[in-house]
Amino acid sequence: MSPIVELKDVHKSFGSLEVLKGVTFEVNKGEVAAIIGQSGSGKSTALRCMDRLETIQGGSMLICGHQLHDTDVDLKALRRDVGIVFQSYNLFPHLTVAQNIMLAPRMVKGMKQRDAREIADTVIAKVGLREKMDCYPEQLSGGQQQRVAIARSLAMEPKLMLFDEVTSALDPQLTGEVLRVMEQLAADGMTMILVTHEMAFARKVADRVIYMRDGKVHEMGSSDILRTPATPELAAFVSESAEH
Amino acid sequence: MNSAYILSLLQGLWATVVLSVLTFLFGGLIGFMVGLARISPSWVISRGAATYIQVLQGLPLLVLMGLCFYGPSILGYNSLSPLVAATFALTLYSSAYLGEIWRGCIQAVAKPQWEAAECLGLSRWQRMRTVILPQALRIAVPPTVGFMVQIVKNTSIASLVVGYAELSYNAKIINNATFEPFLYFGIAALMYFAVCYPLSVQSRALERKLNVANR
Repeated sequence: MSPIVELKDVHKSFGSLEVLKGVTFEVNKGEVAAIIGQSGSGKSTALRCMDRLETIQGGSMLICGHQLHDTDVDLKALRRDVGIVFQSYNLFPHLTVAQNIMLAPRMVKGMKQRDAREIADTVIAKVGLREKMDCYPEQLSGGQQQRVAIARSLAMEPKLMLFDEVTSALDPQLTGEVLRVMEQLAADGMTMILVTHEMAFARKVADRVIYMRDGKVHEMGSSDILRTPATPELAAFVSESAEH
Repeated sequence: MNSAYILSLLQGLWATVVLSVLTFLFGGLIGFMVGLARISPSWVISRGAATYIQVLQGLPLLVLMGLCFYGPSILGYNSLSPLVAATFALTLYSSAYLGEIWRGCIQAVAKPQWEAAECLGLSRWQRMRTVILPQALRIAVPPTVGFMVQIVKNTSIASLVVGYAELSYNAKIINNATFEPFLYFGIAALMYFAVCYPLSVQSRALERKLNVANR
């Protein structure tokens, strides 16, 4: 199986601060990869680079067939293939749930209102919020907003979904409802890369776990590495996380 | 009190309103473009807009009026009519301020909103039009209305330089004939207030309406 995501020796600095110091890993189609690690290990930066919200300075990054270090990379095509969900939901507050979801299909794909609405109905059903279609984001709980954000990304029918600590701003009860949606997505065969602090979720859903430390991939493997870490650093990180 | 004087004040009031509306129309249009230019990714355009703003904010409106009224004839062109010269000067003046006010409002929309729209594949202009401007509009209402009120009052400067017969000008002329400054300037003041106060009230109503998605 050919990888849909391929990072080779990726470097990224903010000014004099080097955040990614040679990151290399692959993710195959249909896989769920969980990137874990301490704050400041570069995991969110790596994810943001994959949607070219940040540009890389060294190495190569191939995402869904797009070479991201090319200066003439077709950003519109990249963003058609890649969906991203953020920690802070970032729904558009002046639009209803339905309008939030239909905006990109209409503007980017040029769909008719009726076709976009059909897609919106499908994706909102996937996240279980059909009755909230005409609500504004502020009328929803954090968990519901995050589920709408997932639906909004799904409406563009991406080949790859990126999740940047999507449950970090939520209470434990609300975290559960978002994770269930993500688990269902994984079961449907979506290729997903998630930066997460939810070890139990990574253990249960991830095909591949990538432990980042100090701007590099420190240890990588199946979710078994969370049970039997090879490096003392990952062992320490796992036991620390378990205490919380 | 003479009804002919009151009529003259009302004519002045009408001239004030005309000049205010024209200023807001053209100043708003150019100000909007200046505001967008100010945040353009092109260095030349944003620098150019910043210079435009700095120069015009650095000139007193009185001087600007003089330049617009006397400037063309000094350069050998036909001189402008008082209304055109006053509109021109006020347009330059207000576009610089509105451009800067609106730039601030656009930039006050949280950056993640830009990112979210960008990641959905929206082009820069689509992002601006469907995501950023509607949110910036809500922020922009109070300072914009505040500045509109300023414009209404600043139209009085037109009477000093270009001799445009607006409300203060007519009040001054009447006072010259009647020597009753308190009465006629007082009536003029009430008329200014009658224009400005509803603006502020409308602003509050509009703010509430636009706030519907963000109570």
